[in-house]
Amino acid sequence: MIGFLQIIQILIMIGLILTALAVVIFRDLISAAIALGASSLLLSLQFFILRAPDVAIAEAAVGAALTTAIFIFAIRSTEREEGYH
Amino acid sequence: MNWKMSRIVRTVTNFLIVPIIVFGIYLVLHGHLTPGGGFQGGAVIASSTALLIIAYGTLGEHEKDLSSVEALGLTLFILIALLGIGTTMFYNFLAGAGGVFGGTIPEGINPGYINTGGTIPLMNIFVGLEVTAALSLIIWMMSKETFVINSEKKEVKD
Repeated sequence: MIGFLQIIQILIMIGLILTALAVVIFRDLISAAIALGASSLLLSLQFFILRAPDVAIAEAAVGAALTTAIFIFAIRSTEREEGYH
Repeated sequence: MNWKMSRIVRTVTNFLIVPIIVFGIYLVLHGHLTPGGGFQGGAVIASSTALLIIAYGTLGEHEKDLSSVEALGLTLFILIALLGIGTTMFYNFLAGAGGVFGGTIPEGINPGYINTGGTIPLMNIFVGLEVTAALSLIIWMMSKETFVINSEKKEVKD
């Protein structure tokens, strides 16, 4: 018998795989950084469902907010497109 | 070198900045009762600094103040740890002593009282101060380097 929480967990797993694939596929680096933030947010939801709210708060604050900001600053000071010119 | 985002982003930032900071302070102050604590609350407050810097571009020249706040948090943490040196380091000498954070915990099931915990809430507050200042300083330094590099690029193009 699959309960409600299991269905949500499976959906979050599928979303994690999709966002991780999007990070690899995107050529625009800012889109890739935003996809990485979305992946981190889904991971923090998974932590919360697995009853680790401490880890979930730390993951949401550091992974989704601070890392994305630092990536965006780094991309702004280099090149936006992936590859050589 | 004033780099602002659009008016929509700035207005949403003005509305969101207060709930984010209040939630961070709640996480720090209730660290001994609920999930959260110094590091998590400090990271949440520092994310509000990241939002401000991304929306408004710069915040002025206050990195010396942030550095002193970080040093102050670490110093007070070590001082509180050393105050219990009569028994051991990190000894909870305030627990059950009355006064601020020194209340005794009643027996049985209770919803959790914030005036308990002894030195643990004080240490959470100092760790929160230090993590807030340190993470804000990291983001600030990154954004300043970005502005320098972008202005050099513009000069080359001109």
